[in-house]
Amino acid sequence: MTEDDVRQAIVNGLAEIAPECDPGALRGTDPIRRTLDIDSYDFLSLLIGLHERLGVDIPEADYGRLGTLDEMVAYVVERVAKVER
Amino acid sequence: MHYAPILKPAGACRVPPQLADYETVCREFSWEQVRAGFAGLPNGAGFNLAHEAVDRHAASALREHVALHCLGRDGASTVLTYGELRVQTNRFANVLRGLGVGRGDRVFALTGRVPALYIAALGTLKKTSVFCPLFSAFGPEPIYQRLQRGDARVLVTTSELYHGKVAPLRDRLPSLQHVLLVDGLPMETHGPGVASLPALMDAASPDFTIPPTAPEDMALLHFTSGTTGMPKGAVHVHEAALMHYATGRYVLDLHPDDVFWCTADPGWVTGTSYGILAPLLHGVTNLVDEADFDAERWLRTLAEKRVSVWYTAPTAIRRLMRLPGEPRSRFDLSALRLIHSVGEPLNPEAVVWGERALGLPIHDNWWQTETGGIMIANFASMEIRPGSMGRPVPGVEAAVVRRTPRGVEVVDAPGVEGELALRPGWPSMFRGYLHEEERYRRCFADGWYLTGDLARRDAGGYFWFVGRSGDIIKTAGHMVGPFEVESALMEHPAVAEAGVIGKPDPVIGELVKAFISLKPGMEPGEALRRELLGFGRKRLGSAVAPKEIEFQRHLPRTRSGKIMRRLLKARELGLPAGDTSTLERED
Repeated sequence: MTEDDVRQAIVNGLAEIAPECDPGALRGTDPIRRTLDIDSYDFLSLLIGLHERLGVDIPEADYGRLGTLDEMVAYVVERVAKVER
Repeated sequence: MHYAPILKPAGACRVPPQLADYETVCREFSWEQVRAGFAGLPNGAGFNLAHEAVDRHAASALREHVALHCLGRDGASTVLTYGELRVQTNRFANVLRGLGVGRGDRVFALTGRVPALYIAALGTLKKTSVFCPLFSAFGPEPIYQRLQRGDARVLVTTSELYHGKVAPLRDRLPSLQHVLLVDGLPMETHGPGVASLPALMDAASPDFTIPPTAPEDMALLHFTSGTTGMPKGAVHVHEAALMHYATGRYVLDLHPDDVFWCTADPGWVTGTSYGILAPLLHGVTNLVDEADFDAERWLRTLAEKRVSVWYTAPTAIRRLMRLPGEPRSRFDLSALRLIHSVGEPLNPEAVVWGERALGLPIHDNWWQTETGGIMIANFASMEIRPGSMGRPVPGVEAAVVRRTPRGVEVVDAPGVEGELALRPGWPSMFRGYLHEEERYRRCFADGWYLTGDLARRDAGGYFWFVGRSGDIIKTAGHMVGPFEVESALMEHPAVAEAGVIGKPDPVIGELVKAFISLKPGMEPGEALRRELLGFGRKRLGSAVAPKEIEFQRHLPRTRSGKIMRRLLKARELGLPAGDTSTLERED
């Protein structure tokens, strides 16, 4: 899975939760939750969805490190690499 | 599964609880006694909440004691002593004076949990104006409804929230005269009716004399959702301080050196009564975190800030329960002495989890926007019956009642379900729904305030939550009125009718789910479902908008045309629908 695939999966997940938003308008370093009005429940849904779609486990303890799109992509890519290794 | 009571042997508490013996305290308790413990305004000028919460301490040995410790989202923190808080709130009161804002005028706040919010709240009370906090995750429609119904004259907010949500409403809000931007750059012009709060604060005098204030003067306005109709503004008065203080003492068990952290946002009543007022009335250090829920951050905060008393919510606790292992093995929680929870009934698993994973059981309690303060609680010194809301706080009389054609009758037998009722007379009882006298009157019968919640009392006097009598939705500890959500969805051109329910959810209690029937010629489909989801979010904001949408050809209605939410919910749960004799049609 490439970094672009991961980014696309996250953007798709966000579009499902906040369909009114233009995912293209979200910059890599924007705080996702504030920028797209994603509440705590939505955020949990997003990460559970990613787990289901990509097969990566994202423990609750790491949620705080996933504030931006860039952070999330880097984290997931690293996790996927670990799983594949 | 049955959960054994969590016993509290004598001497189990590290710090002797303020309420050592429940029966004795209840018997000897009087509101006059609580009142006598307050200073009152100098020269007999009455009783002002902010004077008791701030100025009284600023003039005492607590002057240099930390009143507010605000953690910023980015890790920066702001610390204000009682002396400094006095000056800042004086300045805010003078800002209001300069704008000609006076007694009874409504000052709204729509910000995150930043220091300016707390300063504005207390400064407003000093000016004898009325403070009304709004949750910043509300969308434009809930914001409009509340500003309009509450006769907002002033709004304290951020540039982002103002331009994103409020500016487009301004034409419809003629009485909103002043918008004060907490991050407004002093040198810039912000347009008519918009000003930089820092600039006004800088120019304002640090001295302010609180004008005469009657204990019954309106102090706070909290909007809450009903089963029917739009949100209603519950009015609270300055004397509510007595309740905040008494419950701070007997339930929260505050002691002078405590660091207290209430995780609720002031946009919900808990975040004001206990996130601002109760800890300050006790002169303790009140911790505030601007950031949203983050399990690791919260545990780190408890450990590093040496929080001793923590008041949080079931939704957060259930998220913490998702962490592997036991947090207390990774974080130093040795300062933590007491944990309380409110917002919805705390499931017994969570109470017991606290004991194992945090080293302390969690004390559930119960109250409402209308009650202004905690009414029924599990106490530090008393056994916890996991799943129970506890026993009435001293000074509060609670009962289970049954409505009859003539009024209500009290159910004395233990274990019998009925409506939870409270005897009016506690100081923080709401004094009205703003501009809705009839709606207020309907809450009372035969000398009782009827809470709308169903409960039973066991033989030991502990109350147990059974359910709600109306269609109100409790999501992540917040009330959402189905009517408000339905009204917003109905504005979409494709929607014929909408029925909104709370769908049970393991983490947030209930989530908002909408059933929608479409106008003739409109076809249901994934694209339209997403469009409606987005439509709801844009109008209502993430805190209120439906998380799920389902199309149905026809929604069940009564003969009189009312959508039967109860039936929608029964179907969602796969339950028998109950009495459907009044149904007009079903699909």
